Amino acid sequence: MISGRTLAQGANCESKMSEDFFRAASSCYLSKEDYDCLGLSDGKNILLKNEFGKTVLSPRVDDGLHRGIVFVPMGPWANILIGPDTGGCGTPQFKGVEIDIEATNSPILDIRELFGSIQRAEA
Amino acid sequence: MRVEDAICSFCGCLCDDINVEVEENKVKRVRHACRLGSSKIMGHERIRSPMVRKDGELKEVSYQEAYERAAEILLAASKPLLYGWASTVCEAQKKGILLAEEVGGVLDSTATVCHGPSVIGIEEKGLPGATLGQVKNRADTIVFWGCNPAEAHPRHSLRYSSNACGRFTSEGRSAKKIIVVDVRETRTSKNADMQVIIQPGTDYEVISALRMLVAGKGDVVPEEVGGVAKKELASLAEMLLAAKFGAVFFGLGITHSRGRYKNIDNALSLVADLNSHTKFVIMPMRGHYNVGGIGQVLAWSSGYPMSVDFTRQAPYFNPGETAACDLLAKADTDAALIIAADPASNFPRKIVEELAKMPIIQIDPYENPTTLLADVVIPSAIAGVEAEGTAYRMDGLALRMRKLVNSSYPSDEQILDGILESVRSLRSSMSLRGGLKDDN
Repeated sequence: MISGRTLAQGANCESKMSEDFFRAASSCYLSKEDYDCLGLSDGKNILLKNEFGKTVLSPRVDDGLHRGIVFVPMGPWANILIGPDTGGCGTPQFKGVEIDIEATNSPILDIRELFGSIQRAEA
Repeated sequence: MRVEDAICSFCGCLCDDINVEVEENKVKRVRHACRLGSSKIMGHERIRSPMVRKDGELKEVSYQEAYERAAEILLAASKPLLYGWASTVCEAQKKGILLAEEVGGVLDSTATVCHGPSVIGIEEKGLPGATLGQVKNRADTIVFWGCNPAEAHPRHSLRYSSNACGRFTSEGRSAKKIIVVDVRETRTSKNADMQVIIQPGTDYEVISALRMLVAGKGDVVPEEVGGVAKKELASLAEMLLAAKFGAVFFGLGITHSRGRYKNIDNALSLVADLNSHTKFVIMPMRGHYNVGGIGQVLAWSSGYPMSVDFTRQAPYFNPGETAACDLLAKADTDAALIIAADPASNFPRKIVEELAKMPIIQIDPYENPTTLLADVVIPSAIAGVEAEGTAYRMDGLALRMRKLVNSSYPSDEQILDGILESVRSLRSSMSLRGGLKDDN
């Protein structure tokens, strides 16, 4: 998996609580071959998971991607799958992350649901 | 009212030809800006009032009350993290450094989850750079490596690089060679003469192979490197050597991948090697409009460009230890002031979970996931739209951001002043009572 900027994600990155940001950043782009292979054409969502967590996204075909690579717009949905290690340079590895993917009927969490589960300590 | 040649405050391009129509102190129309800049200048739903969390809920308070609560949090902490700074102006950044020194904290910028590896690589090797004006006027060969300006810096190609017409490049795109190296086909690669698709995480190997080919040592290069045939790499090396003035622009595709700062180190070496044959320059595609500025302001005040620890007798810099993600992952910080950034969205989830365990002060014009975790929320004027100040373009050129509309919100600089004043007054009353931090 690689994560990064898209026009729609960037245009809504200062309105993160909006429906537009949700649509822009909760998607997973993949090749037509991978899309067909996973049987995603009947409106299913896609589940991405690895040792750090799992996230459900809306699948979209991108002809620029080769088999075996998925692209997720940068943001809180993608970052569930990013490990905390910085390799001694301060920067986590946001790209080239190994993940498993499968079709799912689970819903996509909205931004408040995504953060609702985080335990906040009272100051 | 019409404001001509305003500077856009979205990305590191700092486009300075934006026309903005203002009616009744509101931005009505933005011309010349890309979708990203236009969205930024037009604005979004704002945080209405300062807020402090009480009994688990954010409650509206006065600015003064918010400043005082922020000061309490910062002074009670043994090592607060002051993070963000990329989407605000240098004057606010300077004030932030003063605050970090006074409370004894670590100041880090969003560069650490962005071009931090570039900053480290550049410190190791030096940067054969140029201004974007020089690139526009002279470059006949342009390489985009691990970046996609068509989506992240949409006007870069037309104003400065692949499609720009300049003094010695008057024919524009048709007289230039454009090369895109990436792990996927992108909107940027559709405009390329040559597209090289590499396997993820092989930037270092591919750059090393190119260095051998440029040095005339192609015999040591294997038949395939990073999924690319040697023949293809050899024609890429030929294109680079044929340049009269080449420019490499690189993005997070290379800083965020396996190898991180070593990739940048190697790319800088490739450009140094090319300069034995022809003229070549290299530049990181900086994302936030003034992420370059915080690097400059920190460097001239502390000697270091990011992740600076002010808790010791002298500024200390050791990314991997003093960077925001490392501090949080190791629970080596106990409070956070977040300004002009949204780490809750942009840090790895495991690190956000650590951040949520400590008191958070947020300074931002907009509600975002960091607000959901914050204990003090202080809404600010939008720097570069509602407040003026200095910003550094991705090539290091300092430009003056104008105020386009008036705002009832205080600027980041005024807010930091308010917190500083509260810190000083609280500290003096604490010292009168005979207790500071751990002593009370």
